[in-house]
Amino acid sequence: TRRSCMSAKCKKILQIRFILIQNRAGKTRLAKWYMQFDDDEKQKLIEEVHAVVTVRDAKHTNFVEFRNFKIIYRRYAGLYFCICVDVTDNNLAYLEGIHNFVEVLNEYFHNVCELDLVFNFYKVYTVVDEMFLAGEIRETSQTKVLKQLLMLQSLE
Amino acid sequence: MPAVSKGDGMRGLAVFISDIRNCKSKEAEIKRINKELANIRSKFKGDKALDGYSKKKYVCKLLFIFLLGHDIDFGHMEAVNLLSSNKYTEKQIGYLFISVLVNSNSELIRLINNAIKNDLSSRNPTFMCLALHCIANVGSREMAEAFASEIPRILVAGDTMDSVKQSAALCLLRLYKTSPDLVLMGEWTSRVVHLLNDQHMGVVTAAISLITCLSQKNPDEFKTCVSLAVSRLSRIVSSASTDLQDYTYYFVPAPWLSCKLLRLLQCYPPPEDGAVKGRLVECLETILNKAQEPPKSKKVQHSNAKNAILFEAISLIIHYDSEPNLLVRACNQLGQFLQHRETNLRYLALESMCTLASSEFSHEAVKTHIETVINALKTERDVSVRQRAADLLYAMCDRSNAKQIVAEMLSYLETADYSIREEMVLKVAILAEKYAVDYSWYVDTILNLIRIAGDYVSEEVWYRVIQIVINRDDVQGYAAKTVFEALQAPACHENMVKVGGYILGEFGNLIAGDPRSSPLVQFNLLHSKFHLCSVPTRALLLSAYIKFINLFPETKATIQEVLRCDSQIRNSDVELQQRAVEYLKLSSIASTDVLATVLEEMPPFPERESSILAKLKKKKGPGAVSVTELEDNKREGGELNGGGDRGPDTAAMAASNASTPSPSADLLGIRSAAPVGAPPASTGSLLVDVFSEAGPAAPSAAVNDDGFLSSAPPSEDPAPPLSEADELLNKFVCKNNGVLFENQLLQIGIKSEYRQNLGRMYLFYGNKTSVQFASFTTTVSCPGDLQSHILFVPLCSETKPSNRITQWKAITSSLSP
Repeated sequence: TRRSCMSAKCKKILQIRFILIQNRAGKTRLAKWYMQFDDDEKQKLIEEVHAVVTVRDAKHTNFVEFRNFKIIYRRYAGLYFCICVDVTDNNLAYLEGIHNFVEVLNEYFHNVCELDLVFNFYKVYTVVDEMFLAGEIRETSQTKVLKQLLMLQSLE
Repeated sequence: MPAVSKGDGMRGLAVFISDIRNCKSKEAEIKRINKELANIRSKFKGDKALDGYSKKKYVCKLLFIFLLGHDIDFGHMEAVNLLSSNKYTEKQIGYLFISVLVNSNSELIRLINNAIKNDLSSRNPTFMCLALHCIANVGSREMAEAFASEIPRILVAGDTMDSVKQSAALCLLRLYKTSPDLVLMGEWTSRVVHLLNDQHMGVVTAAISLITCLSQKNPDEFKTCVSLAVSRLSRIVSSASTDLQDYTYYFVPAPWLSCKLLRLLQCYPPPEDGAVKGRLVECLETILNKAQEPPKSKKVQHSNAKNAILFEAISLIIHYDSEPNLLVRACNQLGQFLQHRETNLRYLALESMCTLASSEFSHEAVKTHIETVINALKTERDVSVRQRAADLLYAMCDRSNAKQIVAEMLSYLETADYSIREEMVLKVAILAEKYAVDYSWYVDTILNLIRIAGDYVSEEVWYRVIQIVINRDDVQGYAAKTVFEALQAPACHENMVKVGGYILGEFGNLIAGDPRSSPLVQFNLLHSKFHLCSVPTRALLLSAYIKFINLFPETKATIQEVLRCDSQIRNSDVELQQRAVEYLKLSSIASTDVLATVLEEMPPFPERESSILAKLKKKKGPGAVSVTELEDNKREGGELNGGGDRGPDTAAMAASNASTPSPSADLLGIRSAAPVGAPPASTGSLLVDVFSEAGPAAPSAAVNDDGFLSSAPPSEDPAPPLSEADELLNKFVCKNNGVLFENQLLQIGIKSEYRQNLGRMYLFYGNKTSVQFASFTTTVSCPGDLQSHILFVPLCSETKPSNRITQWKAITSSLSP
């Protein structure tokens, strides 16, 4: 159809490129990469993302163009949760994807704070992998995710 | 209080992390880290085999140190060892370490793959997931080689647990993306599609991502997913909020799954099956209806989830572009969002409406929001929102609102972010050209562009305005006047000087009558900017000066004075020096006729596609936005063709050649508007009355009243290059009459007759210029032997005034057979 050329979505494989949790000072609390970057590139990206999101305030949208991608982000207390996705991806879906993830963390760590993410960094990866995998959303039910996490927690 | 469970306390790790956090300086931190590294190294090398718990703890510490930003060059072996533990916590740390610190040592890879293989066949869902996640996170070629055939089996096996299926689906997706050649389609593909019907929504969520990717590369193989997706979507959208309890998010049923289903459907054209299509349309209508219902919750999460589905549905509606009712409804819904108090929604509405603007069904509906969009352009505080508003104005622009939109974009440009100025300039230039009915408006717009954003006006833009002014007689005087006025501004942009210099050089005569813009005034105005300009501009100005000498002989002395001075003829730049010297000489030795010929008015430019459009596409990349231009052009093309069927071919071609200019070269209508007062002359028209066998097909159209030379502008009747002259000669092998030679000044024709050994040849010389030839002589040279057989008789040696055949000379010759 005439329109089929319009859907850039059809032409490209859309996916999450990376997920970052950073504090205001720029310290990274979680970095999950879904495409290949070498260590230098990762460092550069982390710095750029930090620079881009920390200058924004309430009058801005939660979406920001970033290189050939875009970042959907939200600030929770002192932490910025950023998901980098493709330009034609669904902004609101990922904005709530972030929120869903934060609510799970909150439940799992009982009113999560930044320190929880520091001391339990290796567990945060487990939470991430339950909800996101291979650059896609894997599971969205908070009930199911928490059930699984509690089960894993009981294992030796 | 950090959450720690009984199983994996790892107190040592917590202490270490505390120590690091308590370090007062970077040096202290490094010292503490090095101390720990030494400790771990010794533990790893120690005689005593470490127990699982300790190994886990130390590997985890190493990981922490690495994540702080320090290089780790050991620990991989120990991490790999952890993989073979039968304790979850130990395995987990082992897998985490090797996923984050990927190592390419082949021995390690072999061991890792072994461990993964064991876990995959362990029938322990927890272990299987750990292994699958590792493959999904690392996705190396070696892993793909080892497991690409295994994963599909796990995915579709009847006894695989739900959570394992979820992980297997996405793991397979990763392998397919990185090593598509290793993932072979097979029996499993049809079963994968049926995962869309799985009762576990998480499995569906994961499977859908896999299916979406696979169907893009193998659309036919997976096309059965369309009807399944529609059913699923339909069930979700019409479900009560109590149905999907685990998957209801703030009163919205399965929002992410709904979005994914809608996205999958965008990979295919509208369903052919009427029932399926009907169901889908119903779905979309329900989604649109829900947007109008009062919200079930005041929380922003509720509205975001609902609107995520709505925007994806609108995307699908736009993709199909076949349901006018839905398109208009979508447009109206977006129109409401344009004034929503949430910036996110205003932004997304503007963005989405942009694509709606190019659909014929919704274009008019989009236009109704022009005032709101203009207001957004002026008042939005987030620059990205303003930018979407500008994009939308561009997309909704058509003949009815072009003037208004261009004016708004120009005023926006005055305060726009520097990063977007160049794109804005290109867009304004494109719109001004495309929708100009009155070309003086076009000229004003471009000159305004130069005035407001001169630095961002690329060459393509000002070349184009020159081309258009040259090609349109009716706007030349206006252009000269406007540019003259613009140049009087105290600080005018160099691009303005370029355009001004060129236009005054060509058309300054059109305003020279007014004493305020007399020739000397024009010259002084241009020259006052000379020293401020870069070399290319000065070169252009020098050319303008010599044109002035031709146009206004009274300025010759003044200008020659300027050319003569050292700063010109001894200028260190070679180009400037050469021009100054040559122009000076030309002005001194050339007669007025020659000067006039050399500096004749620029002929109209041949029709070509707008390079501005090509530049904009290159800038934006062959992505979604540039397609708006393609759509514009297609629509324009459609209008020209009476709005008929555009056809998929143009679309496909346009899409695949996103960087090539529009196929509709007649965009400007320049050809139809060009001065065609004189129809093009055809080659033989000149001497048509001489040849009784008439010349080419359209002599009557080409020839003017007295039957002789038509006054076609030279460019439309170009001189044949040398190769063509040979061709002209060759035709005399079988013809007795015709044109032997032609250039811009002269046309030579032959007429000959032969009878047995006698031949008679007449040569005719036509003067194509408007001046009389002086001292015109002809010589005919004959090779060798022929001389004796030929008698030359000049029949007439008068020269007659221009535009007529001035003289003709007949030669009679007698040839022996």
